[in-house]
Amino acid sequence: MKQEPMTSMQRVLTTLNHREPDRVPWFLLATMHGARELGLSIQDYFASGEHVAEGQLRLRAKYGHDCLYAFFYAPIEVEAWGAEVIYVPDGPPNSARPFIDDADTITSLTAPCVEKSPPLAKVLQAIALMKTRVGDECPIIGVVMSPFSLPVMQMGFGPYLDLLYQQPELFARLIQVNEDFCVAWANAQLAAGATAICYFDPVSSPTVIPASQYAATGLAIAQKTISRIKGPVATHFASGRSLPILAEVAESGTAAVGVSCLENLAEIKAACRGKLTVLGNLNGIEMRRWQPLEAEEKVRTAIAEAGSGGGYILSDNHGEIPWQVREETLLAIGEAVRRWGTYPLAPARCDGR
Amino acid sequence: MTDYSLQFEQALLSLDRLSAKKLIRQAGTELTAMEIVDRMVVTALSRIGESWERGDAALSQIYMAGRICEELVDQLLPPGTTQRKDQPPMAIAVLDDFHLLGKRIVYSVLRSAGFELKDYGRVNVDELVDKVQADRIRILLISTLMLHSALHVREVVARLQPSGLDVKVVVGGAPFLFDDQLWLKVGADAMGHSAAEVTGIIATLMGGLA
Repeated sequence: MKQEPMTSMQRVLTTLNHREPDRVPWFLLATMHGARELGLSIQDYFASGEHVAEGQLRLRAKYGHDCLYAFFYAPIEVEAWGAEVIYVPDGPPNSARPFIDDADTITSLTAPCVEKSPPLAKVLQAIALMKTRVGDECPIIGVVMSPFSLPVMQMGFGPYLDLLYQQPELFARLIQVNEDFCVAWANAQLAAGATAICYFDPVSSPTVIPASQYAATGLAIAQKTISRIKGPVATHFASGRSLPILAEVAESGTAAVGVSCLENLAEIKAACRGKLTVLGNLNGIEMRRWQPLEAEEKVRTAIAEAGSGGGYILSDNHGEIPWQVREETLLAIGEAVRRWGTYPLAPARCDGR
Repeated sequence: MTDYSLQFEQALLSLDRLSAKKLIRQAGTELTAMEIVDRMVVTALSRIGESWERGDAALSQIYMAGRICEELVDQLLPPGTTQRKDQPPMAIAVLDDFHLLGKRIVYSVLRSAGFELKDYGRVNVDELVDKVQADRIRILLISTLMLHSALHVREVVARLQPSGLDVKVVVGGAPFLFDDQLWLKVGADAMGHSAAEVTGIIATLMGGLA
């Protein structure tokens, strides 16, 4: 008798438990493509939680992936702190000039109230609407910036690195304010209906700070923060490397890790097996010029390297599919997941296929 | 002659400004200022950049090393000194976004190597084209973090071509790292994988300028 396919939720939970579901789950982390589905500009699309909820539902109906993604755009958090966001017609909204420009600002800094913030309210509305539509059939992924990475948008990357290395007391003060905000923001999304939280932490990546500094900085902050978040957490390094710190990442309280296409996926899977679910690692920048056959080959290779035994979710490596990626490419990726990702996986052939 | 470059590199990686300064002072008993820049500073920064490309060093180390070197080289070769490199007009900019770190690093590396260049900060396509024409820039370095910004380089190149200025455009930043064909697609003359490559690229481009 043919078995019923799992729901997306069952598929994802099974792989998170390091067992093989019916097929490899696929997270299409597309933020802007919903605007196309609704025939709206990117700016108009993000003006309403209703738009984003509807956009996410239409994307899932079209591509058949296994999550709804409540991520609007990276600077929405600093927008809640009063910063300006710049919209462009062909890319994600971008943070404008940083709003922290001196020590006094940090000393007197207070976090915005999540419940009273109009930009954050849009996200909570989108999550609640999505939850109403899918219930427990499909995971809804909420997003926070880690307290350690948010300062890049709050004060600019260079000044933040200066602070990190030269003003430890002010650094600690900023992180504490950010930690409280991060926890409140994550828990508000969970209360609205998010299934799990994606904790973006690119500054913790060895691409940005030395791996030897992770334990004392990004890891310590993640442990404190994640322990206060009332739901499952996945850590994402937004294209940054993670292989040298994966053993420590597994101690942070996170269940999954978003990994980079700059590293070998098979090595990452070996380091994570049984401890962390691997999320990744298709190259979103190259994806905009992939033809369907190339997309299929990339998916097949990723699944061959990381799919066995569960503990793997196919995704891009950045957590945001570029606007320039075409519909036919995303359709090809979805088709390839269904073709090559059905368990038990086909053994690798000697011709590599 | 003592090879101070490895010790200097270690001091930079450890963000040990005092040791770096001491090593420069020691080297000054054997080398001229420009020799110190070429043999110690550029060599160390290049090696750190190469380590970053391999995943063995972090962006924060490159940034802080660049800042330290820039400060030390400004003491050795004050801006405007005749000992600094003879070079065509050069400028650097971030196109269309506020992610300024990459530009800051490259700016530091080039100034640490004895070059002078204009820093246009964050500009859009119109502003960049106007500034390049007004300053008669010959080598233009453009840093981007976002894909859409990287794709706008094509417009900069197209707008500069009819101006009659032979401007060489060098691009860098994450989109170009993740797609090694992108720099060609946008019509750039060269692409830097890291700040380590930039001095070599500039030297090559200077050789090709009319």
